[in-house]
Amino acid sequence: MITKREVEYVAGLAKLALTYEERDRFTEDFCGILEHLNRLDSLDTDSVEPIACILPYNNVFREDVVEPSMDGEKVLENAPDSLNGCFRVPRVV
Amino acid sequence: MYHYMTAHQLAEEIRKGNASASEIARSAMDRIERLDPEIGAYITATGDRALEAANRVDERLAKGEAVPPLAGIPMAIMDNICTQGILTTCASRMLYNFIPPYSADAYERLEQAGSVLTGKTNLDEFGIGSSTQGSAFKKTYNPWDLGKVPGGSGGGAAAAVAAGMAAFALGTDTGGSIRQPAALCGVVGMKPTYGRVSRHGLVAFASSMDQAGVVTRDLRDCALVLNHICGYDPRDSMSANVAVPDFRAGLGEGIKGFKIGIPSEYFGEGTEQGIKERVQEAVKVIEGLGAACDEVSLPHTEYALSAYYIISSAEASSNLARYDGIRYGYKAEDYTDLEELFVKSRSQGFGEEVKRRVIIGTYFLTSGKLDVYFIKAQKVRALVKADFDRVFEDYDLLVCPTSPVAAYSDQPAGKGDGHPLNTCLPHTFTIPASLAGLPALSIPCGFSEGLPVGLQFIGKPFGEEALLRAAYAYEQSTNFHTMHPQV
Amino acid sequence: MKYETVIGLEIHAELATETKIFCGCTTRFGGKENTHCCPVCLGMPGVLPVLNRKVVEYAVKAGLATNCTINRFSRFDRKNYFYPDLPKAYQVSQYYYPLCEKGYLEIRGTFGSKKVGITRIHIEEDAGKLLHDAEDGSTLVDYNRGGVPLIEIVSEPDMRSAEEARLYAEKIKSILEYTGVSDCRMQEGSLRFDVNLSVRPEGSNGLGTRTEIKNLNSFRALVNAIENESARQVKVLESGGEVVQETRKWDDVTGKNTSLRSKEEAHDYRYFPDPDLVPVVLDEEYIDRVKRELPELPDVRSRRYVEEWGLPEYDAGVITASLPLASFFEECVKEYGGDPKAVSNWVMGELMRMLNEKGIEADGIPFPAAHLAGILRLVDDGTISGSAAKRVFTEMFETGEQPKVLVERLGLSQISDEKVLTEVIKRVMDKNPKSVEDYRSGATKAMGFLVGQTMKETRGKANPALVNKILKQLLDE
Repeated sequence: MITKREVEYVAGLAKLALTYEERDRFTEDFCGILEHLNRLDSLDTDSVEPIACILPYNNVFREDVVEPSMDGEKVLENAPDSLNGCFRVPRVV
Repeated sequence: MYHYMTAHQLAEEIRKGNASASEIARSAMDRIERLDPEIGAYITATGDRALEAANRVDERLAKGEAVPPLAGIPMAIMDNICTQGILTTCASRMLYNFIPPYSADAYERLEQAGSVLTGKTNLDEFGIGSSTQGSAFKKTYNPWDLGKVPGGSGGGAAAAVAAGMAAFALGTDTGGSIRQPAALCGVVGMKPTYGRVSRHGLVAFASSMDQAGVVTRDLRDCALVLNHICGYDPRDSMSANVAVPDFRAGLGEGIKGFKIGIPSEYFGEGTEQGIKERVQEAVKVIEGLGAACDEVSLPHTEYALSAYYIISSAEASSNLARYDGIRYGYKAEDYTDLEELFVKSRSQGFGEEVKRRVIIGTYFLTSGKLDVYFIKAQKVRALVKADFDRVFEDYDLLVCPTSPVAAYSDQPAGKGDGHPLNTCLPHTFTIPASLAGLPALSIPCGFSEGLPVGLQFIGKPFGEEALLRAAYAYEQSTNFHTMHPQV
Repeated sequence: MKYETVIGLEIHAELATETKIFCGCTTRFGGKENTHCCPVCLGMPGVLPVLNRKVVEYAVKAGLATNCTINRFSRFDRKNYFYPDLPKAYQVSQYYYPLCEKGYLEIRGTFGSKKVGITRIHIEEDAGKLLHDAEDGSTLVDYNRGGVPLIEIVSEPDMRSAEEARLYAEKIKSILEYTGVSDCRMQEGSLRFDVNLSVRPEGSNGLGTRTEIKNLNSFRALVNAIENESARQVKVLESGGEVVQETRKWDDVTGKNTSLRSKEEAHDYRYFPDPDLVPVVLDEEYIDRVKRELPELPDVRSRRYVEEWGLPEYDAGVITASLPLASFFEECVKEYGGDPKAVSNWVMGELMRMLNEKGIEADGIPFPAAHLAGILRLVDDGTISGSAAKRVFTEMFETGEQPKVLVERLGLSQISDEKVLTEVIKRVMDKNPKSVEDYRSGATKAMGFLVGQTMKETRGKANPALVNKILKQLLDE
């Protein structure tokens, strides 16, 4: 079970705003989804090591050697708002 | 006249001087112009670039230079794969104007081989979905029946290849986004072992499963394209530093003596009757080729979908957080402060299914829920993998349906409606191999009520050669790969 | 009621690598905004991190130098939150499996000596920088610093005063400098402190509600912030209030201590293993190799100065706290070849005084160690007097010139030639027969007058010790 308040809280963490209609619909969907997912509880996994990475790799490194960076202009090419070679956002206190 | 030729046939025509790369490119672009308004496979067609690239190949040929076998071959690229200087949208309003200053490793390799980009194909937004109806820009329809979906998320790539609007396509497969649409569109779709192809330049959906792969019209092309895109790339920590064989070399060696497992869990009540029948017929053909087929069990299959849903949503929630309206992509017009800039840009930039998955994915990672959902799912993932490990001790390959359903009208009628995970349900049979990082491919094995059915081969880690060899043996004893939709 | 302050520190140090943690962009400080960036450190779609090998080596060094256990298995996690300086909207850090754990450092001060526990040292990436544009009131983002490798050193809440916290922080700084792990340029923000502080009635064992003061980047700010916040909390409690758990900001210029975030604001960072990075697994051989590469650490060096060179413990502690100062000192001792104590007197005295006066760090001493050794030798061989040496030193600090050149230029060399001095003294004695008479009849005080006259005659350049010796001989004849 998940409540409307929880859905709003989690959407807030994800920086998403929901209309009341969306919130209600999502809450209902999520309740159904979570109920379905709870079937995983029937599996005893106490002694199972979780898999975070499917390949058995360790210690993949790059050497500490400088490579060219991008042109300043290129950096800002896709920026919706920029000023003086920087990305611009509303004032942050 | 070139549009249904395979890449290797086209290469032969080019080599013999029967066709020029420019003629082939023009033919492909004409076909896109004629068919795509109805099919909707492409988000961006790159006609001018295609002709330039084809001309370059022709110039090299004119100078008597030897060119790689894929030179001059028209290819489509799924629009979540970065192509330097070319719009890459992920079918999202969020990236409606994003032009990457870099290319994906796999695309780079094909570009170097001289393949000619016809355009960027449609998908469910950010690869999240299984119908290609969840794109912010257009819907893609199945060339075999324009009233049906092509599968997804890479429905554009599969439809483009099926309808002869490209000889092959490069796509990504996280839970089945290449294999399932290939099955529904009657073409070959393959996802190699996780780590075989660099993820550099693939826009991330679920990083621990994202893998590039190919859509082709036959197995020989599949092997040919794989030869080009596989290989170590130091830009991806997961890239496998292992030798890449010539996948074409062993294709014709047959499968006499192969031990093939048929997992019984893939033939339950969720699988359409027509699909079960076609796959069972295919198994008979395979047995006829000298392979021993036994029923096997992968008991955790029924939990794979849930585990996948949790892991992919959680990873996506983090991967898609970078779209905040500051550095690239969509930014809301009206906002008064930083918080509003974030929230409005993201709420307006993402479509409904993406929002749904990001929110629930965020939920799975919150402090009280991490163990209950995310870690639990990672443990179930280990169980799913252990099922495969155990079966592969005795068997070389597994054969099963690629999709429980054939092409459907928007949502799987009577099957997924009302199912809480209905957007993933058509990937039920592709997801387990994704969770286990295994190579898997789908190949046409007939029709159910006039719609293509896909046969899935699943192999051992880095066991692509056996996989291709078995599928090729099957393909060569059938003629499904020579059948094309009437469009 | 008397209160006790309980302090824990989180220290962020930028590592001295050439390149960023996950890409080949330079870590060089400064540069035009957004010119040390690439798709990886800008968090562009589809690009991936690959860990800089040197980062692990430096973090292991830091761990070994602070008596930590080096975990054989460590891994990277994503810390998810939105902020304009964080391009991927997550920071790659090590939450569940940090590289180093359970270390400690020993500090010595007016309270005696004590151990400060180190909970963990983990690797993470730095964020970009926000600049506030005066023209239109907006905020500008520069990602040059984004992705620069950091280690975060988290202490136990073992410190009880600003002095202890400062000593601990200074010790961390000197260890990072000694090991070459970080250049610790505090004015460039490459070493930053977060303070966790609470107060409790003296004698109580429980912990009070703590506040966190973020991003202090000088020892002065650290001390001031701790004293101010500690006093503030005591005042809140004494007026019957409650300390609110929150993040606070200390402005060292204005001395303002303000609340940054209220506790209501939700913070759930949703840590989970980064699926783009593989674990770091270290074996004994690797750790042993790094251990062998560790230089002599400040404590060991300090002990050596005391035991082998006879320096007072205090002097040895001060000199070894700063690697550049200790290096300067040792080089000077080597060049000089005489008593290290004499060198230490100069370093602790004149050199430290000038550095403080000019606000220069020990890595900016404007002359080579050989110059100071030169001054010491000139004093020893009688070329200059002690007071002249100080003048030479002051001048040398300004100009960086060779002491011999300065002695020449300033006309400070002493007359130590016995023949010359005997001549002069004879002349003085001839001119002052009364004083000679007085001395010889027992009024030995008269000798002082004659010395003075000799110095006057040589315009202060006569070697006073020699003058005394020769004069006495001549008078006693």
